[in-house]
Amino acid sequence: MQSEVQVLGTQLNLLWVVIGAALVVFMQAGFALVETGFTRAKHAAHVVSTNFAIFGLGFIGFFLIGFPLAFGGFSTALIGMDQPVGGALLGSGNWIFLFKGGWALSGGGITPAVLGFFLYMVAFMDTVATIPTGSMAERWKWSSFTIWGVFCGAIYYPLFAAWTWGGGWLSKTWDTMSLGAGYVDFAGSGVVHAVGGVAALAGAIVLGPRIGKFGADGKPRAIPGHHIPMAMLGTFILLFGWFGFNAASTFAATDVQFATAATNTAIAAAFGAISAMIYITKRTGKPDPGMMVNGMLAGLVAITAPCAFVAPWAAAVIGLIAAVLAIEAVFFIERKLKLDDPVGAIAVHGVNGIFGVLAVGIFSNGSYGAGWNGSPTKGIEGIIKGDWGQLGAQVLGVAVILLVIFPIAYGFFKIQNKITKGGIRSAEEDEINGLDIPEMGVKAYPEFM
Amino acid sequence: MKLITTIIKPFKVDDVKDALKSAGVQGITVSEVKGFGRQGGHTETYRGSEYAIDFVPKVRMELVVDDAQVDSVVDAIRTAAATGKIGDGKIWITEVTRLIRIRTGEEGTDAI
Repeated sequence: MQSEVQVLGTQLNLLWVVIGAALVVFMQAGFALVETGFTRAKHAAHVVSTNFAIFGLGFIGFFLIGFPLAFGGFSTALIGMDQPVGGALLGSGNWIFLFKGGWALSGGGITPAVLGFFLYMVAFMDTVATIPTGSMAERWKWSSFTIWGVFCGAIYYPLFAAWTWGGGWLSKTWDTMSLGAGYVDFAGSGVVHAVGGVAALAGAIVLGPRIGKFGADGKPRAIPGHHIPMAMLGTFILLFGWFGFNAASTFAATDVQFATAATNTAIAAAFGAISAMIYITKRTGKPDPGMMVNGMLAGLVAITAPCAFVAPWAAAVIGLIAAVLAIEAVFFIERKLKLDDPVGAIAVHGVNGIFGVLAVGIFSNGSYGAGWNGSPTKGIEGIIKGDWGQLGAQVLGVAVILLVIFPIAYGFFKIQNKITKGGIRSAEEDEINGLDIPEMGVKAYPEFM
Repeated sequence: MKLITTIIKPFKVDDVKDALKSAGVQGITVSEVKGFGRQGGHTETYRGSEYAIDFVPKVRMELVVDDAQVDSVVDAIRTAAATGKIGDGKIWITEVTRLIRIRTGEEGTDAI
């Protein structure tokens, strides 16, 4: 029998998760503004509409089958979700690959706690789904985009989520392979951002660069976005929403570590933005607003996995490194890989998502995370504490994202490109004139000449 | 009557307008335009990559003046618009054969 104080605590925790979910949902507005601001006026109605529609498209896939596949076996007493809705679908014991239970949120066991947890998780899924809309912007056929949205919510996102947060095999590597506390990712540098980032990479490869992105000499040419203030406003909205993303990942307002997570998030964002400002000024002579935006977002992405496990100084270092990584990755992706990513999604979410996952195994100071993943750990420890096991678990997680998840995304876009009449890329004429009229039937700015 | 057309740097609009008013000009038409001259545009950097600005933003002013005013107006524009740096713009003068004020139907210099 729980005491009244315990019951109140559980209720408060559920409220915290629902507030967190609302904040994460609002991040969709941030993504929409960043991506639209970084692209050209002639495509603005198309780009903002992909960011709008992805919320519902991904949601429906996750509602119908994605949530059970990833979280059918998940439970946490913190919010009163004492029992999992279902159990293993594929695999057993320490080697579970998919779960089941609660298809379309129906059947027994769908309590308010489960629904609150679903709301939080669907918001994370939608973050993954919207990341490729940035790297594939200005040339992605609308009809092809909608299929991606449902696929992401139904299957793509749930895979790695099931293996980690859902309680699948990667979360059990502490037992099966003696690796730290198993794969640890507090709020999703890997589960959300790297998984979305490699999909953004796959999509950019399959689509190819925008017309005019590379000159006849093969050198990348800048295609400036049409609305820098919009992109910067979007970045601040993302920062705001990120407090829900990271701090509410305690699943408990009664776990005061949420304050650590929130503050480390802000620290990495601040250091990331200023690191980018200084670094790009050194590289090109001016504090490029686009790179400052990428720098703050890189800091946020990188701190997402380690935010509850590291000291403030480490959050600052992670932010500093993340921004430099993002800028160098943008250069590498454009100049060496010859890929076109209009908003820097691959550099921000992919590269820094991976960095964030590894940062857990580097900077965690052992002060938090006792019993994580059901392991006997007393606190997550990185190599700064002399423990290499956790880094091993993190490296395995990164390897799985690169060697299993990325090929799935690449295969999806490649096959879709093959079976779709005319491919998944919009017609050349539409791309040059702007996708707004041919795809959406309306211009974002009809009064422009 | 002459039509004076001038292409100037956008930040000089107010200076040129004030100079023209002082010179007795009663009406000006202004439009934002883009173009290039002998320099052929310039390059900028965005997200670490260079891009060419082939057409540089400029302002075009058009005004119709009496023949007697032409020299003083040209002087006023030159003085006000000059910075001495590349891209200061141009002034050209064309003959106007007929001018009508729509509201009253006045013609010629009365319509200026």
